[in-house]
Amino acid sequence: MRIALFVTCLNDALFPQAGIATVAVLERLGHTVAFPPEQTCCGQLHANTGYARPARELERHTEAAFAGHDVIVSPSGSCAAHLRAHTALPVYELSELLVDVLGVTDVGARFPHRVTYHPTCHGLRMLRLGDRPQRLLRAVSGLELIDLPEPEQCCGFGGTFALKNAGVSGAMLADKCANAAATGAEYLAAADNSCLAHIGGGLARRPGAPRPIHYAEILAGTGARA
Amino acid sequence: MSRHLPIVAVTPFPAAAAHELKDAQLRANLGRATRTIRDKRARVVAEVPDWEELRERAARTKDEVLDRLPELLAAFEAAAVGAGAVVHHAADAAAANAIVADLVRQQGAERVVKIKSMATQEIGLNEALADAGITAIETDLAELIVQLADDTPSHILVPAIHYNRAQIREIFAERMPGFTAESDEPAVLAGAAREYLRRTFLSAQVAVCGANFAVAETGSLVIVESEGNGRMCLTLPGTLIAVVGVEKLLPRMADLGDFLRLLPRSSTGERMNPYTSIFTGVTPGDGPQRLHVVLLDNGRTKTAQDPVGRAALRCIRCSACLNVCPVYERTGGHAYGSVYPGPIGAILSPQLTGQDAGANRSLPYASTLCGACYDVCPVKINIPEILVHLRQTGPKPAAERAVMSTLSWVMRDRRRWRAALRAARTGAAPLRAVTRRHGGTLRRAPWPMTAWTAHRDAPLPAPESFRDWWRRTHAE
Ligand code: SF4
Repeated sequence: MRIALFVTCLNDALFPQAGIATVAVLERLGHTVAFPPEQTCCGQLHANTGYARPARELERHTEAAFAGHDVIVSPSGSCAAHLRAHTALPVYELSELLVDVLGVTDVGARFPHRVTYHPTCHGLRMLRLGDRPQRLLRAVSGLELIDLPEPEQCCGFGGTFALKNAGVSGAMLADKCANAAATGAEYLAAADNSCLAHIGGGLARRPGAPRPIHYAEILAGTGARA
Repeated sequence: MSRHLPIVAVTPFPAAAAHELKDAQLRANLGRATRTIRDKRARVVAEVPDWEELRERAARTKDEVLDRLPELLAAFEAAAVGAGAVVHHAADAAAANAIVADLVRQQGAERVVKIKSMATQEIGLNEALADAGITAIETDLAELIVQLADDTPSHILVPAIHYNRAQIREIFAERMPGFTAESDEPAVLAGAAREYLRRTFLSAQVAVCGANFAVAETGSLVIVESEGNGRMCLTLPGTLIAVVGVEKLLPRMADLGDFLRLLPRSSTGERMNPYTSIFTGVTPGDGPQRLHVVLLDNGRTKTAQDPVGRAALRCIRCSACLNVCPVYERTGGHAYGSVYPGPIGAILSPQLTGQDAGANRSLPYASTLCGACYDVCPVKINIPEILVHLRQTGPKPAAERAVMSTLSWVMRDRRRWRAALRAARTGAAPLRAVTRRHGGTLRRAPWPMTAWTAHRDAPLPAPESFRDWWRRTHAE
């Protein structure tokens, strides 16, 4: 199948590994990935911060960039949710594409580590991903999936909320990090690098806490990590 | 009298929240209480097989009310007057307070007993009555605690949720006439309040209530409660004054059933509430002989005209959204500066007052848009959608506006975007060596990212962007 990748602006600039991993998984499964080069940002940040017009312009820009593509995948739950709500593009979050469209749960990965999974709010409540990501992770060879306590609690990121309401965001983050640390996992995985940048930034200040990782990188894994 | 309305925040949410966040006891009390209520709610909601259909139907009924508001108000008034009630219309808080104060004065009463009511909280009725020399006594236990403590409610349903029982015993010991108990057992505290309130009920001539529902078809008012204090207020005093927000209407009595199933499970996590009172007009020789209904607008008609924001008026004040809100759980209700706290408060207060009132413009930002509130709302109010809508229609800082439009301009062109990525990478290069020690993240960033690194490390631009990687590995 020919699948267009919407990598998202955040991954493009800060976390290219998530995009690279998405490409690796899909190519390993025998699919062709396209990267429409006009793509930039879906407009979510603008819309949620209160800027309707620039948001609409970016939504239209994204629609134009992906015109003619029948299947679009994004390694970001919140951007996929935003595009689905505001454009007519056929966008899937990675786990939806793998489980629902391509019908696979075992992507042939190996990742011999203890992992806990944080279901981000957009994945949980807007896309209703359910346990698709966990099913994919459980099929990874060598991976031990450890339940995260209070998984459905928001991590406190919320886009500009993390800046505008830094105090509350920090308090929510502290609880999420404590729950993550309590699992004893080596990695905390999620489907959204925006939440992971926030949680990871908190975990970085706790010695011995799990390291943040996008679950696509786990699905692309072929062995132990340093 | 220029006292500010109890739905106008004085302090912007972030500052008010910072103050509340310092209170470790408050956070412990709230965490424990909200977790208990939300687990209970989840259990009893799961028992109802047609819960989703109920929510759908209730939302539609409420939307019908908003569509037909003037017509249904007229129908309610005609039916209520026909049954012996007197109906008054109040455009705003001041008008409603004046009407109630006048009615109490006409009875020559100096005290009124009150049933917990959000509408009277919203208009600051107790304070207005005090100005008129009339003492209002709250008869709901939690409301009484808050009143005795000279505090303001911090939750719609459980106004004293921010206190634990040791703190409540102290408040009683200090403020409740005749209280002597040493124990803080819930039964002892409730018993003391019961005795105190009994004496009050028996001597009151006038009661003031709100209403959970007002049935247009029959002119009936419906009050749902747990303690029985409401039943006392509704039956003992000779005069009853109900202050009812116009959105409390239901078109037909047959609509009530859905709401009586939705409300208790959503609010207290009970299958059914202990007391439901339905009363219509005046019945000679039975109950209050004078019934006044004050229909309160106070920004509601205006709110009903906003095609997105109007859904906030479906609210039945169950407070399920507060109990699941991660922001509310950390800050408590006072941070919202309004008698309507939590997610519903963040969309209702700024709409009722207009976003320019006080610091209410800060409320739509008091959310991560996590969506937990929308999931539990029994009338399916899409709270995140309304929060975003209010952000989009409300006032915004000029500097932010400039940043946002520049950013969008850069992002609407791949060449500009690529140049920006390259510039960011070059700018960050010197930082890379510094950050290597702790896994490549930045511990202290310059403005405007200082607020970010106050609580967490910041990521740096990647040495190679995704698009550059793609070009290097996939370009033909
Ligand atoms: S908004 Fe919905 S959940 Fe919140 S109090 Fe109102 S009815 Fe209940």
